[in-house]
This record gives sequence, structure tokens and C-alpha cells, in this order.
Amino acid sequence: MAKSKVIPHHDVPLDQIIKPENIIFKKTKLFTDNVLSYCPGCGHGVAHRLILEVIEEMGIADKVIGIAPVGCSVLAYEFMDLDMQEAAHGRAPALATGIKRTNPDKFVFSYQGDGDLAAIGTAETIHAANRGENITVIFINNGIYGMTGGQMAPTTLEGMKTSTTPYGRDPRQMGHPIKITELVAQLPGTCYVTRQAVHTAALVRKAKKAIRRAFEYQKANKGLSFVEIVSNCNSGWKMTPVQAIKWLEENMLPYYPLGDLKDVGLD
Amino acid sequence: MAKIAGAVVVDIDRCKGCELCVNECPFDVLAMSEDVNIKGYHYSYMKNPSACTGCLACALVCPDTVITVYRVKVPDTAKS
Amino acid sequence: MGEILLMKGNEALAEAIIRAGVDGYFGYPITPQSEVMEYLAAAKPEERTGMVLLQAESELAAINMLYGAGATGKKAITSSSSPGISLMQEGISYIAGAEIPVVVVNVVRGGPGLGTIQPAQSDYFQATKGGGHGDYHLLVLAPNSVQEMSDFVPLAFDLAFKYRNPVMILSDGLIGQMMEKVELFEPIPRWTDEYIREHHGNWATIGKTPDRERNIITSLDLVPERMEKHNMHLKEKYEQMEREEVRFEEIQTEDAEYLFVAYGSSSRIAMKAIKLARAEGIKVGLLRPITLYPFPKKRLRELADQVKGMLSVELSLGQMVEDVKLSVECRIPVEHYGRVGGMIPTPEEVVEALKTKIINR
Ligand SMILES: Cc1ncc(C[n+]2csc(CCOP(=O)(O)OP(=O)(O)O)c2C)c(N)n1
Ligand code: SF4
Ligand code: SF4
Ligand code: SF4
Ligand SMILES: [Mg+2]
Repeated sequence: MAKSKVIPHHDVPLDQIIKPENIIFKKTKLFTDNVLSYCPGCGHGVAHRLILEVIEEMGIADKVIGIAPVGCSVLAYEFMDLDMQEAAHGRAPALATGIKRTNPDKFVFSYQGDGDLAAIGTAETIHAANRGENITVIFINNGIYGMTGGQMAPTTLEGMKTSTTPYGRDPRQMGHPIKITELVAQLPGTCYVTRQAVHTAALVRKAKKAIRRAFEYQKANKGLSFVEIVSNCNSGWKMTPVQAIKWLEENMLPYYPLGDLKDVGLD
Repeated sequence: MAKIAGAVVVDIDRCKGCELCVNECPFDVLAMSEDVNIKGYHYSYMKNPSACTGCLACALVCPDTVITVYRVKVPDTAKS
Repeated sequence: MGEILLMKGNEALAEAIIRAGVDGYFGYPITPQSEVMEYLAAAKPEERTGMVLLQAESELAAINMLYGAGATGKKAITSSSSPGISLMQEGISYIAGAEIPVVVVNVVRGGPGLGTIQPAQSDYFQATKGGGHGDYHLLVLAPNSVQEMSDFVPLAFDLAFKYRNPVMILSDGLIGQMMEKVELFEPIPRWTDEYIREHHGNWATIGKTPDRERNIITSLDLVPERMEKHNMHLKEKYEQMEREEVRFEEIQTEDAEYLFVAYGSSSRIAMKAIKLARAEGIKVGLLRPITLYPFPKKRLRELADQVKGMLSVELSLGQMVEDVKLSVECRIPVEHYGRVGGMIPTPEEVVEALKTKIINR
């Protein structure tokens, strides 16, 4: 966030502010006590929190079945106090289909990385979207395979260095970074398709609204709702978290512009 | 006229020292500690507590949700 | 007595799927079992029982739909044939690891590769030894009649839920395509959500309520001590299956001096071969494994003390014969006879093989 030129000041002693009745933000109860396994500064943590806050605020925790992917968030079920299933790499939308078709009154979401969703699981993603499964897909695009140590992902930017593209991604050899969210938005089975980010407070607020809207769409049985979150992988990008979010702003966002790609209307 | 006074509490041993909160705070309330926590990370703390408005920015970007935010309304005694 | 109809094996299977109170069928067309989904589509299961029928984009997707649905305590089934079953192996391994009750039907065709659309029994190894990666077993039922194509569906679900383990019905193109009389069982109502909560709420992902810990379905554990324990727990299940679930049929073994071992369609040929052989004075019987895993080892071991030799008759180059040999521990000669590539041996050929490979060896 831009630093303010005006620095406010108050004289209230801390012990008069730090009282339970004055809490305006705390961790949602839907987090378990386990410490997140993510690297310092990794965007997965915020994405987890927003999903859990939305579920808590909608009061639907007892109707939610979540799906963890294969990727850094493979252990998402260790952190979310929800009934959850762990899918094989890329198959989460197929699991979600099986769950939702046989349990239409439940809320089902999949949480997937870019390798999971846009490489090995492309078919499952496209076809679940095309069938208009009443599920919500949360897609964490960090432009890299975080878990396996920073290899090229389908979303890796042109020229971007990864451990399998040490001289930068050359599209002539490795293809172009895939904008799968744009592809998904083309399909009539989707009702709400949006691209968000979570590295500033303002963007976090917007992303949360988008996730809420995605779940509201699911409640209304409108088809597949899809929220991409452009995120940072400090370890894979070999940067500090603060450098990484700057790099994200300057490099990822021009190629993956934020905003709604599709919103058919909730009523 | 009422003014806002805020404060944050960092769950020190769960802080991973990423500095995103420090980077995000509009009023430079936060800084990284000299000490390290049980995990060996420098942790975030309120260096300038009197400037905190409880705006939530730090808590919203904290990937580990280790910041709790408090806010009260107080009579205006601001000097900026 | 139930309704008696003349049906194809694949149709009887499909009708049984609806009657067994199944919640979801997920599949992808492949010969020689496409009639299953076609029958289901025409029968309007969503109207009859509320069962979901979905044509998936691939067998890979279909098996993972079973994963999702089965993990909520619903009865989920798929059917396919060899190449499709190969594609499902990833999912089956995860399902076995995560202990999800599902039923997979393989109407086997000849391979390897695209092979042929004709019947074969060449997926025995894949079905009984695991198939995908990791230490695991499916419980494998081998029907040899249209009647069993029907009856094994509810049985498979009983076993799948008893053990929280995937069960495979290993059929083949011959059983799937042949027409026979079948007595249909009375429809079993689908489980209600209350029933599932009561009976499977301790593991199924049905939405976490405040009165219990969350349910997690996963095959992952990064702690070696815990992962070993999980593997040992799976092993205990397999041992319990070996104690409690071995099923087989014996035909004319009382006075037998020789034994055919054959399952599924081969057992039908072996039955005819017994008649021919006995007409020539050769006292031969048949042991038909109904469960291929667990395998009727003990009974074969006993029969090894009675007969002079065994011939494993299979539509393969010799797969089950290895289990027969292991069972009899080299006490008597065990040989294999089979035709492959969609070729079906005649009963005469089988008798001839018994003579040359066992009796006059
Ligand atoms: C079938 C299969 N192939 C490969 C892997 C190895 N693998 C694990 S995670 C992963 C990539 C994950 O990247 P992404 O989906 O972008 O998630 P991230 O870690 O970046 O959040 C790969 C290739 C696997 N587990 N399974
Ligand atoms: S490797 Fe990247 S994606 Fe994975 S936890 Fe670390 S920063 Fe996050
Ligand atoms: S609440 Fe706002 S002002 Fe206070 S420390 Fe956090 S970001 Fe800074
Ligand atoms: S954002 Fe959170 S984890 Fe990172 S330094 Fe600040 S308090 Fe610690
Ligand atoms: Mg990634």
C-alpha cells in the first residue's frame, strides 16, 4: 500500500485498546490450530483465509466439502476445519463433480494450483466447466510449480526463469503462458469467472467479495464459478516476499489483468 | 469529534517474518524485531503504536493470519 | 421369486446397478461394454431411483468422480473395458489408499494396447495384483453367468463398504455379450442421507458438524511411521478378506483325479470339457474361483493332495496359473492352457490340452 504522508497519532494507552471487546479482526474459527506449511509470505495463506471467512460468514461450514490438490496446498485439509478430500494431481474437478452430483445440497469447492489446474488437469477443468457443474473452483496462479521446486508451469511468463527453463521460457520451444481463465470464461457452463490477487489490503478485500460471490452463485445453482488468484511464489521465484509482490505487480498483472471476465448475474 | 485509535497484536511465535505487513502499513506502525521467535524468524511488532488506526491493512495481507486488530473511538487529540 | 428375463450380461449388470440402490454411475464408452451406459440412459434411472448417470470426458475423470462420490458415503460405480481400466489405475490406487468404497466393472477385451474388442482374460494380473502403484489389492469378483452379472452388483457394494475398499467385477466380453435367463433381485432403496450419517458419518465427507472432528479423505501421509502404520492397516484388511471372503465353486471334484481351474467365461468352457472328458472316462473336475482376490489358495492346496495335476484354463497367455502354482506349492504338475487375441478355445481343445500337458506328460 502507498505509504501515507500524514502519520496519525493517538495517546490512548495500549491496555485500553487491546481488550476482547475491541477486536475488529481475528483469525476465523474455521482455521485449525496447525501452522500453515507455506513459505513466509506465500499467497496460499491469504487465499485459504478468504475461503474460510466466506464459509463462516455464510454459515455453511456443515454443508461444505472441500478438495485439496497436489501442489504446495496438498495439505490444505490440515488447515481448514472442514470435511475435505485430497485429489490426485489435476483431478479435483472430477472429484467435485462426483461429490456435487450425488450431493446437490452440499457446497463443493476445489482449490488448485496452476500446474494442477492448467496442465495435468486441463481436461477435468474444461469439462467440469463445460458441463456447468455447480461447484466453485479457486485457482492459485503463481506461474510456477512451487511444490516440486520451481519448475516451469503452463502459466510461466515468457522469458521467466525457472529450474526447467534456466535461460527463460522460450515460447517457440515451450509454448506460451496459458490464460486458462479466459478459456474457462468462454464456456457456457460457467456463470462467474474472475481474476483477483491478494498481495495488498485493497485487493484482499476485492478477492474476498469475489469468493463470496462465487459461493453465492453456487448457492443459486447457476453453474461453475471460477476465481483465479494471481499469487506469489517467493521460493520458486527466488525473491523475498516484498520483492515478489512487486515483481507480481510489474510482470504478472500486465499479462494476467485483474477483474471479472464473466458475471451472468445472480438473479 | 471522535477519532480512531488502533492497535495490533502479533502472535509472535507464528509470525514467519515475511515483512508483508510492514510493507503494507500506511503509517509505518510496524517494524521487524531484532530478536527471533522460536522458529528463528524476526517477527513483526508495533514500533510506533500511537500511529495505528486499526485500518486492518497489515492483518489482511498477513499470509499466516497472525495479526489480531483492535480499535476504539477516542476524543480527538490528534497531532499530525 | 424375482422377475425372470432373458438379458445380455451387460444389460443385466446395468439393471442391477439401478436395483442395487446405486447413487451414481460415471463412465466413458468403450466396446464391449457400452451397452451398460446405453441401457442406463434408456432406463431413466434419475426417474426410477434418483440415481445419477454421467458420461465423463474420460475414464480418468470417471474414476475420480467415483472417488468424490464414494468419499461421501454414496454408492458409486463405473464400468469400462481394458484400455479404459488402464487409464483408471491412477484413481484406483488413490481410492485404495484413501479407503473409499467403490465398484469398478471391467468387461475385459484382448490387449496389449488397443488390442481387440473380442473377449479375453488378460487383465488378471492387473486386477488381482494391484494394477496401479503402491501396495494394495482390490477385492475381485469374477462372474461366469448373466445371473452373476446381476447378483454381484449388490454383493460388490456390500463388500466395498464392509472393507472400505474398491471392489472390481472382472467380467469379459463373452459374459457381457451373451444372453441368458436371469432372475432379477428386488430393488434395494438408495440410502438416505440420515442413513449415511449414521453408518458412515465417522469417515465420510458429508459436511463437518460441530459435534465431531472433520473427516479427511486422503492417501497422503508424509510421516513415515504413520504411513507404514496405514500400510499395515491395509494389509490387515487384505488378511481379513483372505479369511472371510474367499468364494469359489466346485464341480465334480469329489472323485476327481484331475482338476481344471478356470474363472468367468473359461469356466463355462471347462464345464463342457468335463462332460467330454468324463465320457472318455477321465475323472476331471473344476474349481472355479469366484473371488480372484482373495484367491482360493487353501482349497487348491487341499485338492493338490487328491488330484494328479491341474490345468489352468484362461483366455490369456497364463496369468492365474501363477497363483494356482503358488497355492499347490509344487506338489503336483500345474499347467496352463489358453487362447488369446479374442480366440476362444473349444471344449475339445481343452480336453486335448489336459491329456497332453497333464495326463500324458
Ligand atoms: C501424477 C503426478 N505427476 C507429478 C507429480 C509431482 N508434482 C507434485 S506438485 C506438482 C506441481 C504443482 O504445481 P502447482 O499446481 O502450480 O501448485 P503450487 O505448488 O505452485 O501451488 C507436481 C508436478 C505428482 N504428484 N503427481
Ligand atoms: S514454494 Fe512457493 S507456492 Fe509453495 S509454499 Fe513456498 S512460496 Fe508458496
Ligand atoms: S492496523 Fe493499519 S495502521 Fe495499524 S499496524 Fe496494521 S496496517 Fe498499520
Ligand atoms: S505479515 Fe504476518 S507473518 Fe509476515 S511478518 Fe507480518 S505478521 Fe509476520
Ligand atoms: Mg503453481
